[in-house]
Amino acid sequence: MAKVPVQFTLNGSEKAEFIESGTTLLHALRDKIGDTSPKGGCHQGTCGACSVIIDGELKLCCLTLAETCNGADIRTTAGLAQGGVLHPLQRAFLDAFATQCGFCTPGMIMAAKVLLDRTPNPSREDVVEALSGNICRCTGYEPIIQAVLLAARANSQNAA
Amino acid sequence: MELRKDYFADVRKDGLNEIGQPRPRLDSPGHVTGQTAYFADRNFPGLLHLKMVRSPHHHARIRSIDTSEAEKHPGVVRVLTAKDVPHNVYTILILIQIGPEDETVLADGKVRWKGEAVVAVLAETERAAQEAAARVKVDYEVLPAVFDMDEALKPGAPIVNEYHGRNYYLYDSGECRKVRFGDVETGFGEADHILEQSYQSSPIEHAPTETTGCVVAPEGNDRFTCYTNTQAMFFTLDNTSIILQMPGSKLHFVGGTVGGGFGGKVDVIVEPIAILAAKLTGRPVSFIYSREEEMQISSPRAAEKVVIKDGVMKDGRIVARKVTGYTDAGAYSRHSPYGAQKGAAHYPGPYTIPNVWIDTYCVYTNRTPSSAMRGFGVTIGDFALEVQMDKLARLIGMDPLEFRFINAYRDGDMKAHRQPTEGAALIECMQEAARAANWPVAEKYMTMSSYRKGA
Amino acid sequence: MSLALQTFSTVKDANAALQVSGTLYLGGGTLVIRAANEGDVSVSNLIRVTEPSLSAISVSNGKARLGASVTMAAIARQPELAPLAPAARAVGGPAIRNMATVGGNLFAPAPYGDFAVALLALDASVATEDGETPMEAFLAGRDAGRAIVTAVEFSLPRAESFRFLKVSRVKPKGISVLSIAALLQRTADGTVTSARIALGCMADRPMRAKAAEKALLGHKLTAEEIAPALSAASDGIAPITDPIASAWYRGQVLPVHLGRLLLS
Ligand SMILES: Cc1cc2nc3c(=O)[nH]c(=O)nc-3n(C[C@H](O)[C@H](O)[C@H](O)COP(=O)(O)OP(=O)(O)OC[C@H]3O[C@@H](n4cnc5c(N)ncnc54)[C@H](O)[C@@H]3O)c2cc1C
Ligand code: FES
Ligand code: FES
Repeated sequence: MAKVPVQFTLNGSEKAEFIESGTTLLHALRDKIGDTSPKGGCHQGTCGACSVIIDGELKLCCLTLAETCNGADIRTTAGLAQGGVLHPLQRAFLDAFATQCGFCTPGMIMAAKVLLDRTPNPSREDVVEALSGNICRCTGYEPIIQAVLLAARANSQNAA
Repeated sequence: MELRKDYFADVRKDGLNEIGQPRPRLDSPGHVTGQTAYFADRNFPGLLHLKMVRSPHHHARIRSIDTSEAEKHPGVVRVLTAKDVPHNVYTILILIQIGPEDETVLADGKVRWKGEAVVAVLAETERAAQEAAARVKVDYEVLPAVFDMDEALKPGAPIVNEYHGRNYYLYDSGECRKVRFGDVETGFGEADHILEQSYQSSPIEHAPTETTGCVVAPEGNDRFTCYTNTQAMFFTLDNTSIILQMPGSKLHFVGGTVGGGFGGKVDVIVEPIAILAAKLTGRPVSFIYSREEEMQISSPRAAEKVVIKDGVMKDGRIVARKVTGYTDAGAYSRHSPYGAQKGAAHYPGPYTIPNVWIDTYCVYTNRTPSSAMRGFGVTIGDFALEVQMDKLARLIGMDPLEFRFINAYRDGDMKAHRQPTEGAALIECMQEAARAANWPVAEKYMTMSSYRKGA
Repeated sequence: MSLALQTFSTVKDANAALQVSGTLYLGGGTLVIRAANEGDVSVSNLIRVTEPSLSAISVSNGKARLGASVTMAAIARQPELAPLAPAARAVGGPAIRNMATVGGNLFAPAPYGDFAVALLALDASVATEDGETPMEAFLAGRDAGRAIVTAVEFSLPRAESFRFLKVSRVKPKGISVLSIAALLQRTADGTVTSARIALGCMADRPMRAKAAEKALLGHKLTAEEIAPALSAASDGIAPITDPIASAWYRGQVLPVHLGRLLLS
């Protein structure tokens, strides 16, 4: 099997690995690099549990080949807390009881993050739309929607 | 959240410290930081991947299995068939003496549902395992199949499962679970109206976000650690011990956070074969369902059919209720004999009825084996019962909620199962529901009480 | 054989490599990688091209040209392509839209191909190294062609003349029960002078509702006057059956939704 070099930054730190050509970014992150925060719920693009942010855009790493990410800036939920301090979204997911089994949570937080990065004061519809590629089988979504709105409010209060 | 403390105020101690208080969930910090360890968040050097070759037929005899090409395929380490499994025919409820053993870990001579496991392929990569699985040749003789419970119970229907020899589970009470209370025929004779209706449901998949799976690591000294997302840890350990004929002390099961189960992860399906594979290869093994397998292969909630015949008086009293319930187990028992029995224990619902007759059957068909899911044996029954209650109320021109107040069970009432009712709260729930929904209900019902004081 | 990816900087070189059997072009990968993940072992070589022109969007003189690697998200956020935004936004969820390309959508089998439905109504032309092919002919021959699509080109419709509707069971994002795109030119009093209507899920790939198009000519968009077009909408359809809906259901609801789109 042909090994190819891949090099990218993951949550701000340089990663360089030799991986088998054709390996998905999901496998590369989880099995090679050891960031297991992206989850494999379907490997079909339907559940969103593997959502990560690549160069500022929400992507599904189960459908992305790792070798197409050379030079990319990759962000995952594992890298969100800074110096042990939770990101406002993480805080809001705790406070709004937006997690049950937690399997969808890292993907949900990634999808919510790209939304808030571009739309700091989203409407409820904006949130629903932003999370529409992510499936949660436990919560019924409402607490997750509320958590994202809560994080947005917390952000705007901090900014004020 | 609002606590309505006026209900049962005189029969309840009120020193509640936790109830009604928001408390942070203990597991959430792990979830929001991506640190929670699910079974698949572990990696082992030399991990092998298990892929299952599955039956494309609903019912077929296996004439032959040829694994030679698969074994030669690059990356393949081992191919397993029925003869490799020490105790291949099992049933999970045997742990509580509910037999007979009726299911194969890997098909032996016959497949009884589309998707049944036939051959397990172990390879260095998932891709190699998939390629090799496509090279396994199974020669099938397709047999007539039956998918409908009514058809399966007809004389001359194809026999689904020879270990039962008939298309229903034989309880110690006979062909079904039975409850007899009073005399329903007399009750129907006295009734002003009789309503008989049939209700049916389809199988329902739990669709957890994390698929079923396990990762097994051999520990040397013949001991195996199995990281699994089972919802039934010791159940699985004990059944694995039987299937692999291996003392439980050799098996170390590690659970943890499950990425959604809803009852769909209580069957003993992935662990025994993965541990066997680890034992025979000496390598760590991962067996994780694809999304398609989760949807098509893992047990769903059973399809059910419920036939309810009620005798009702013009004044709203139900005087007789006869329920016949059918639970579609699919090809194998798993938890369904228990599910059907739960139905018998649940009918006639939370109502006091003087004459009751209940029969519940566990039926075999060539469908995907069904099993546990949130209130199995009860939820579909409740759907049927409550739709029936609405129809009865309409039949006699009564408000559906008032009709339920008249029939609601209360403390001290004798249930059809000959247990006096204790701790009933249906009346109070309905009173609160009526208030919350602004549903007008006559005052006499709003002052009723489950424990009959002054009523 | 495992899966391997080769990257080329020019379409020309990639086209040559694509002739090897078991080789497939990789766009955004939302269908290709999914199939590989699900155990499709028929493909072992993937090819991609990094030529920047494939990701370019250009709009000039009322014409739009979209490179084959342009994503649905890029289309949806491009102000000049506003009339097409609803069709681009109809594809998948936000992450899928960041990956799904125009090129891939042209090949996506029903129930997918929502954006291609819009392109068919717009009478787009599909560019390869060998030249340009009208959308309808391209779709008919897409299974046989092995050349890399480089771009699609079409006249930008005026917003009021172009309508798009996707019907799905799950909101806001779901797989199509059907999709419809219509390009309608009308006189000042509202009489239809030309019509192109494209349907998704009414065959294994987007198709035109030619009988309905004809039945609209010379009519106004009122409930009475569109009735003949609605009855003609089912002409020649062979809807797909999948877990979302049966062919029968799709056929039954097509006139209903076409009616809603025309009257909206
Ligand atoms: C969860 C999910 C939801 C989806 N929802 C929708 C939806 O709502 N609507 C919809 O229309 N689609 C949907 N899709 C399907 C798919 O994402 C889109 O059709 C998308 O546009 C395909 O583009 P791609 O670049 O990802 O294609 P790829 O997967 O890269 O390729 C698909 C096919 O097209 C060929 N191909 C791609 N680009 C070219 C080219 N330039 N030249 C020649 N051949 C090419 C490939 O070889 C392959 O055969 C969905 C997919 C997923 C996984
Ligand atoms: S694992 Fe990638 S979308 Fe489900
Ligand atoms: S919390 Fe379980 S899937 Fe969302």
